[in-house]
Amino acid sequence: MRTVADLGIGEHGFISGFTDEKLSLKLLEMGCLPGTEVILTHHAPFGDPIAIKVSGYTLSMRREEAATILINHK
Amino acid sequence: MAKIPKIALIGNPNAGKSSLFNTLTGLRQKTGNFPGVTMDKLTGIWELGPKNQIEILDLPGIYSIYPKSIDEELVINILGNPAHPDYPDMVIVVADASNLKRNLLLFSQVRDLGIPTVLALNMIDVAENEGYVINSIKLARELSVEVAEVNAKKGIGVNGLKLAVQKTLENRFASNDGLPLPVSEELIDEIQAAFGEVDPYRCLLWLMEHDRMKMFTKAQCADLDQIMVKHDFEPKKYKSAETVKRYEFLTEVVDRCVINLNRQWDAPPVKTWTDRLDKLFLHPVGGYLFFLAILFVMFQAVFTWATYPMDAIDAGVAFLNDWLKDILPESTLRGLLTDGLIAGIGGVLIFIPQIAFLFFFISMLEETGYMSRVMFIMDKLMRRFGLNGKSVVPLLSSVACAVPAIMSTRSIGSRKDRLITILVTPLMSCSARLPIYTVLIALVVPEKNTLFGLFNLQGLVLFILYLLGFFMALFSAYIMKLILKAKEKSYFIMELPTYKAPRFKHVSYTILNNVKAFVFEAGKVIVAISIILWVLASYGPGNSMEDASNRIKIQNPNLSGVELTNKIAGEKLENSYAGHFGKFIEPAIRPLGYDWKIGIALITSFAAREVFVGTMSTIYSLGGEIDNENATIKNRMRAEVNPQTGKPMYDLALGFSLLIFYAFAMQCMSTLATTYRETKSWKYPLIQFGYMTALAYLSAFLVYQTLS
Repeated sequence: MRTVADLGIGEHGFISGFTDEKLSLKLLEMGCLPGTEVILTHHAPFGDPIAIKVSGYTLSMRREEAATILINHK
Repeated sequence: MAKIPKIALIGNPNAGKSSLFNTLTGLRQKTGNFPGVTMDKLTGIWELGPKNQIEILDLPGIYSIYPKSIDEELVINILGNPAHPDYPDMVIVVADASNLKRNLLLFSQVRDLGIPTVLALNMIDVAENEGYVINSIKLARELSVEVAEVNAKKGIGVNGLKLAVQKTLENRFASNDGLPLPVSEELIDEIQAAFGEVDPYRCLLWLMEHDRMKMFTKAQCADLDQIMVKHDFEPKKYKSAETVKRYEFLTEVVDRCVINLNRQWDAPPVKTWTDRLDKLFLHPVGGYLFFLAILFVMFQAVFTWATYPMDAIDAGVAFLNDWLKDILPESTLRGLLTDGLIAGIGGVLIFIPQIAFLFFFISMLEETGYMSRVMFIMDKLMRRFGLNGKSVVPLLSSVACAVPAIMSTRSIGSRKDRLITILVTPLMSCSARLPIYTVLIALVVPEKNTLFGLFNLQGLVLFILYLLGFFMALFSAYIMKLILKAKEKSYFIMELPTYKAPRFKHVSYTILNNVKAFVFEAGKVIVAISIILWVLASYGPGNSMEDASNRIKIQNPNLSGVELTNKIAGEKLENSYAGHFGKFIEPAIRPLGYDWKIGIALITSFAAREVFVGTMSTIYSLGGEIDNENATIKNRMRAEVNPQTGKPMYDLALGFSLLIFYAFAMQCMSTLATTYRETKSWKYPLIQFGYMTALAYLSAFLVYQTLS
C-alpha cells in the first residue's frame, strides 16, 4: 500500500484511508478526508518532518505520521 | 448595574481571532486567571454603543471541539459547562474565509452545543485574491446563522458584526442541527435524566470527554463510563465518523456558497509569497542559516540593547531607596521597606526590558508565521533528545526567564514531551544569571582578544556558558527520554500558516500582557522571598546582632562613618540566621572551594539567583561610594584573600566552579512554583530541584578539583 510518506516532492495522491485510529481523528479534523488530493511540498532537513498541501493549505507532519495515511492514484 | 453580556471568541489558530479581539476591545483588556487552571485568561470590553458594553473572552485557537492538548481542554471546560463562571451568552466563531471548509467544522460543532453563535468571516480579501468569491448571505441562510464579513486586521466590518451580535443576543436563537450522526434515543435520555435537559450534542460531548472536564465528580465520571459501556458506544469511532459527516455536509454548503474563479477560467495555480519564502526558510542549509541569524539579532537585543533601560531602572530604584533612607527615620520598618520591599520590587522591574525585547521577537516570529517553520526544521533534531519541534519556543524564551517559558509549553500535545521540556528549560541561562556571570567573569578571566583578535576572551567565556546551558538541557532531556514512560505517542500534525505581515498593535499587546503577567505573577513570589531574606539576614538568634555591633565598636574604636557601618553590617550578617546557615553548610561546599560567605550567597540565591550580587556586596561590606557598583564589588572580591593559602580567594578554580554551579543549579522559587502549577504535582518540581542541584554540585566539584 502506498502512503503519503512514499511521495516525492511535487508528487500527489488521493487519500484512501488511515492505519492509525487515534491519529486519524486529528488528520480528519485538519481536512485530510478520504478522496482529498494531497501534494508533498517540502521535506525538512534530514527528510523529516514533511509538509503537504491538502484542502487548500499547508500541513506538516512527521514521516511516521504520514505513513499512516493511505493513498491511491484514482 | 445590569449584568453585561459575555461573548466568547473562538476559532482556528491563525484565523485572525486575536486581531479581532484587539480591534474590538482596544486597550480595554485585562489578563487574569481562569478559576482552577493557571492559564492566562484574556478578557476585554467591547463598546457596542453608549451604555451598551459586552465582555469578550478570548479562547485558545482550536481546530475542533475535541481537545488534543492542555490549552485546548479549556474550551470544552467553559463551553461545555453552563455553570462555569465564564460560560458565555453567545459565541463569535472567527473563520478564515480563504480556508472556509476547515474553519466551518469548528463552527458547526460549537453551534450544535446549543449556544447562540455568530459567524465572523475574516480574510475575505485573501480568499478573493486566491480566486474564491463567497456569497455570505447565502451562507447565512444555509447555516441559519448571522454572518458578518470582517477585516479584523484593518478593523473593517465591525458595524455589521455589531448588528449580527445584537440580533443574536436579542433572539437568543441557537440554531441546531441536532446530532451529526444519530445515536440511540435511550442513550441521550439517560444522560439527560442524570445530568439535565441539554442539547443532545452537548450530552455526547459530556459522554465522550468527561475525563477532561472538571465539572464532573469521580462518581459522575463512573456513571458516564457505565452508560458508555451499556450502549456499546465508542467515542473514537463516533468522533471520526462525525467529522467525516460534518465535512460532507460542509462541502455541499461551501460548493453552493463559494464560486471558484480558478476553476471557471481554468487558470494555473498562482505562486504565492508563502511558496517563495518557504523555498528559503525551509531550505536544508539556508533555513538553518537564516534561523541562526535571527537568533543572533535576538541575543544582541536582549543582552546589549536591553542594558540601557535596565541600567536606568536600576539607578531609579537605587535613587528611590537612598532618598527614602534619607527622609525616613532609622528604624526596622525603614529597613524592611528599603532593603526588603523596594529592593525586591526593583529585582523584578529590572527584568522588564529583557522580557519585553524577548516577547517582541517571539511574538513577531509567531505573527509572521515563521515560528512554525522553525518548529518544522528543528523537530527532527529535538526529537533525538526526547523533545519536540514545539520545544524550541520555551527553550528560546527561557533565555529571558524560565517562568513564561514553562507556561508556553502548554501547546505541546504530548505529555511526555511537555514534561521533559518543562524539566530541562531552567538549564538554559536566564537573564537572572547574567549579572552573576558578568561579575565572576570580570574577576577571573583576563580581558584580552583571542582567535586572531576576533573575539574578546571574556565575551567568549560568556558565550560558552550559554552554549553549556543549552547542551546540558539537551543532554538531560536525552536521559529523561530514556527514564520517563510515555503513555501516548507524541505527534507533530501542525498547520504551516501562510506568511503575514506582523500587526504591530498585536505585537505590542502581547508584550504588554506578558510583562504584566510577569510583574504580577513572578513578582509576588520574588517580593515575598526578598522580604524573608531580609529578615533572615537582619536578625540572629538571641542578642547576637546587638553583640556583633558592640563587638565591632569596641574592636575598632577609631572607625566612624561609612567604614564603621560597613564593618558592623558585615559582622551582623555573619551572626544573622543567614550567617549561621552559611556556616552550617560550609563543610558540604568546601570541596567546591566555597567558604561560609559564599555559602550565604548560595542560600540566599536559592530562592532567586539574582540576589547573588546583592548578597555579595553585603557580605564584603560595601556601601558609600557607588560610582560603579559592579566595579566596587569586583574590587572587594578581588582583594579577598584565602586564609589557608594566602593567595587571592577568587582564583580561576573558584571562579569557574561558581560559574558552573550557577549555570546548572536550580535557584529560583518562581520556576519551581510554575513547574508545580503546570504539572499539578510536587513530584516534578522536586525532581527538577534534585537533578539540577546534583548536576551543579558534581560539575562544580569536578571543575574546582581539576583547576586547583
